[in-house]
Amino acid sequence: MSEHIASPKLYIGIFLALMICTAATVWAAYINLGQYNIVIALAIATLKATLVVLFFMHAKYSPGRTQLVIFCAVFWLGIMLALTLSDYTTRHELTQQQAQPAALVARRVAP
Amino acid sequence: MSTNAQTISPHTMPETDYLNASYGIKSWLLTTDHKRIALLYLFSVTFFFFVGGIFATMIRIHLLTPGGYLVTPETYNKLFTMHGVAMIFFFLIPSIPAVLGNFLIPIMIGAKDLAFPKLNLLSWYIYLIGGGFVLYSFSTGGLDTGWTFYTPLSSVYSNSAVTAAVIGIFINGFSSILTGLNFVVTIHTMRAPGMTWFRLPLFVWSHYATSLIFILGTPVIAITLLLVALERVFHLGFFNPALGGDPILFQHLFWFYSHPAVYIMILPAMGVISEIIPTFARRPIFGYSFIAGSSIAIAVIGFLVWAHHMFLTGESLYAAIAFSLMSYLVAIPSAVKVFNWTSTLYKGSIALDTPMLYAMGFIGLFLIGGLTGLFLACLGLDIHLHDTYFVIAHFHYIMVGGAVMGYLGGLHFWWPKISGRMYPEFLARAAAIILFIGFNLTFFPQFLLGYMGMPRRYHSYPPELQVLNVMSTAGASILALGYLLPIIYLVWSYKYGRVAGPNPWPATGLEWKTQSPPLTENFDVTPVVDWEPYDFEHRPDLALEPGVGGLLPAHGDD
Repeated sequence: MSEHIASPKLYIGIFLALMICTAATVWAAYINLGQYNIVIALAIATLKATLVVLFFMHAKYSPGRTQLVIFCAVFWLGIMLALTLSDYTTRHELTQQQAQPAALVARRVAP
Repeated sequence: MSTNAQTISPHTMPETDYLNASYGIKSWLLTTDHKRIALLYLFSVTFFFFVGGIFATMIRIHLLTPGGYLVTPETYNKLFTMHGVAMIFFFLIPSIPAVLGNFLIPIMIGAKDLAFPKLNLLSWYIYLIGGGFVLYSFSTGGLDTGWTFYTPLSSVYSNSAVTAAVIGIFINGFSSILTGLNFVVTIHTMRAPGMTWFRLPLFVWSHYATSLIFILGTPVIAITLLLVALERVFHLGFFNPALGGDPILFQHLFWFYSHPAVYIMILPAMGVISEIIPTFARRPIFGYSFIAGSSIAIAVIGFLVWAHHMFLTGESLYAAIAFSLMSYLVAIPSAVKVFNWTSTLYKGSIALDTPMLYAMGFIGLFLIGGLTGLFLACLGLDIHLHDTYFVIAHFHYIMVGGAVMGYLGGLHFWWPKISGRMYPEFLARAAAIILFIGFNLTFFPQFLLGYMGMPRRYHSYPPELQVLNVMSTAGASILALGYLLPIIYLVWSYKYGRVAGPNPWPATGLEWKTQSPPLTENFDVTPVVDWEPYDFEHRPDLALEPGVGGLLPAHGDD
């Protein structure tokens, strides 16, 4: 099995990209984007993690089966986040409905 | 090599096998033989089974009377918590995979060992370290949060030894992950020539599915319980609203693993049943590929249903509807299995030997457990049944009626392979029947109690519910006898049982083509598989017809 050997130039490039992303995180922290603060921070963090996995952990040059394992793990994380968020993002709609049930209940129990 | 019948005579014990290949405590504690590690696990999980069993006994004795005079309410909380933790994390989850899976998977696929033998031994030591932490927690104040560790009780208010327990379960998680990893790699890379994916025994398919859950789910529970410890010790705000956390987030993360954990317990048992039924019905399994596929389907769909445990937490109604529907979906692959097992029995030549009694018991009890699960997945009905004894009865039908019956069925089925000797059949059948009766007497009244409104985890109950509670406790004492019997006669048979020979049933799998107990390397030669799974018709080597064929060892390419 032949191993892919990446050039030092590539590693330095990725390292610099990670440094720039870190600076961007710090920079973004000083700007108030309201509810998008967390989105920006997570987006930059995800980009950095992707670079590390692809290049430093050699996922880009790994056999298909290894890539499949990584994909499955990320996909499963996606399931966990998406279905958990399905509760958090729609929970307020329930509370809004609960605010007005008096009329509904009155109508239901009326003889 | 000469392949003659004398090499694996059915009447005498082999001269050399994995049990007598080396002697001394070191040869066991430093072994990398998957079969010896399986036995180490067998002793360990049996120990935790009895620890959990003692707590269960005390719970049932306490509930004999409505007022509950045996222990204080605080101690009662600790009893049901420690019962749950010992049974779920240290018995049910590792029992079939780590004992039977470890012992059988390499032999079933024609390999000499698992892919990572040292990692296999490491996983046992990790299990012991995790178990040590939990026992320390049990003996230094106990644990009173419920096995679910719901926050903020576990992270803020509980005065019991929560930190040690969650660290123990965190550590133990790595044991599961390593076992799962080992199984996946072994099944992918170490199958014998001719052992194609669709010739794999269904036991192996079910363990493959279980391993996926181990790998994908266990890290989540491990990190979640670590977060509880961090919040408890360092007051970091993950789940405590006062610190900016969210207690419902804990439940999401906890059940993301802990619901699939139910399938970790039941899938391997289903694998056992899929081996026992064709053997004792003397017929090829009906719908092999559907049973194999349904194991994977259960593992995958099992990850999409967790929030049905949270219908009454105030979670989103829309999310609840989605989770309810997806929970119903799990019934489909489960039903595929049950229908296929019963179809296998049709026109079969059925022998009601002990493993088959357990398999029959499994089908009936799993059916009741599974169908009552549908009651609980129903949004409206769950409001009435949530956190009542109906839930307790439901999951005990799955976990004890299903997983433990499967485990005991498997232990009896492969005991001749593990020990080389037969257990006493009459006693074993009696124990299986006693277990079935005791189990139903213990847990069926709990369905009624729950429906009548008796909440779980309460140390007292209204006097009108006493009759059903007394029935349940009486059943538990019968159940206890049913568990003690196999321990006694299996230990006895290890020394005095009739010599089993390589294939006493006879069954079709590769594990029955080697001597009992097997060699350390499992086979003399790497076997070549040239038969279809569960095929009794074209197997003269099984000697099913008088005078035809004989008990031949696996043939190989050297």
